[in-house]
Amino acid sequence: MSQPVAESPLASCHQAAGARIIPFAGWNLPVQFSGLLQEHHATRQAAGLFDISHMGQIRAQGPGILACLETILANDPAKLTDGEGHYSFLPNERGGVIDDLFVYRLGAEDFFLVVNASRHREVLELLKKRESPQARFSGSPGSAVGMALQGPKAASTLAKILPTGSALPERNRIISTRLEGGEALVGRTGYTGEDGFEIFTDLKTGPKIWNRLLEVGQADGLLPCGLGSRDSLRLEAGLPLNGQDLSYEITPVEAGMGFFVDVNRPRAFPGRATLEKQKKDGPPRVTIGLITEPGQAPPRHGYPVFHGGKPIGEITSGLPSPTLGYGIALALVSAPAPALGQSVEFEVRGRRVPAKVSKRKFLKNR
Amino acid sequence: MSTPEDLRYAKTHEWVRMEKDRATVGVTDHAQAELSDVVFVDLPKPGKKVNAGDVIATVESVKAASDIYAPVGGEVIETNSALSSDPGLINREPYAKGWMFRLKPAAPSTDHLLSASQYAATLKK
Repeated sequence: MSQPVAESPLASCHQAAGARIIPFAGWNLPVQFSGLLQEHHATRQAAGLFDISHMGQIRAQGPGILACLETILANDPAKLTDGEGHYSFLPNERGGVIDDLFVYRLGAEDFFLVVNASRHREVLELLKKRESPQARFSGSPGSAVGMALQGPKAASTLAKILPTGSALPERNRIISTRLEGGEALVGRTGYTGEDGFEIFTDLKTGPKIWNRLLEVGQADGLLPCGLGSRDSLRLEAGLPLNGQDLSYEITPVEAGMGFFVDVNRPRAFPGRATLEKQKKDGPPRVTIGLITEPGQAPPRHGYPVFHGGKPIGEITSGLPSPTLGYGIALALVSAPAPALGQSVEFEVRGRRVPAKVSKRKFLKNR
Repeated sequence: MSTPEDLRYAKTHEWVRMEKDRATVGVTDHAQAELSDVVFVDLPKPGKKVNAGDVIATVESVKAASDIYAPVGGEVIETNSALSSDPGLINREPYAKGWMFRLKPAAPSTDHLLSASQYAATLKK
């Protein structure tokens, strides 16, 4: 399905900052500003600011909205209290993943979903089929701005532009506030493994917040960051990317994310039986972490993986870790998977490269 | 972007310095900037024979692995061992200490390659 390429509502900010732009999921987006490595280290040591306007922001409202969401989401939205959010999945009938998303409860009849750019239209279509006067959905691509402020200095940076009397949200919570003269939703979550925030606002206010954050964060070392470092940061934290580590054919349990699939509740949701069985008996395939020695060829998406000379699966995401200085990868392999610390190999350009099974949260190897 | 006059260039962004019995090859300043920070280099083994246009090496940044093509045919006689411990030389000195490998050319001709000004013109498109 090819769609016209959309410009980010922050495009003029990026142009001014000298970003290198690439097409991604139907959008033109910055892949890097000053350089991937610099941006990666800035986010680990100070703060990084990412344009996530391509991600779908969907408002789900109405007296029947909770009951509706309960029948389509793998994590139970009924567990959420006002102002709270959690990670969840929209599974298909096979238990595979249509999309992974963040679900916030703003109020009893008001939910806010943040979905992947590549699945935004598909998710909207799926939701529209469930639409009724009791459950309404809105939020088409390009209608809002999103940005992620991540890193150890994220909180002190954001606090500088918060209205007096306002407090930052706690982890996995969301607040509605005013920033730079406009309304904004600020959730405390992210995709880097660092403390941080995702800020959602309108097209007019977005560029103002973006520029202001860059300004107030500059002295602390905040940098604007592109998709390149977003990918290396999320993989170091062991966070899955839909389309690679999750897919229509890879279930959340196989991806090691079974914690976010709640089967202890009355309502049925797509793929429930499969997911319940996989949680109970173990899935047929398992996602493991792999690490290499420094100086080895980096593992990449699609490379076959071997254990004891036999093929056991393939790498779903891999790259040379900027923080650790060696290759890291997630690999989907047949169960039973080799245990932590065991030796495996992956194939690069016809050559076998040694690796070890690691925790998926690679930063914990530091 | 710098494009030294004394080198020949391939459209695929490799440069060649032709001397009597050897051709030294690296990637251009433009290529190193596009690749961004190089963190790993896969070099051919000495003795390997290649035709012009064959994939002969791989340069990897955090984001991706990129193929490097042999700008002339011949036999690999030497590789730059400094790149294994410091692949960033490709970014810092693409035309000097960042050279990648040397070939004994099968033929002395570089007529199929671009001059510095011709190569620079391809970058403006």
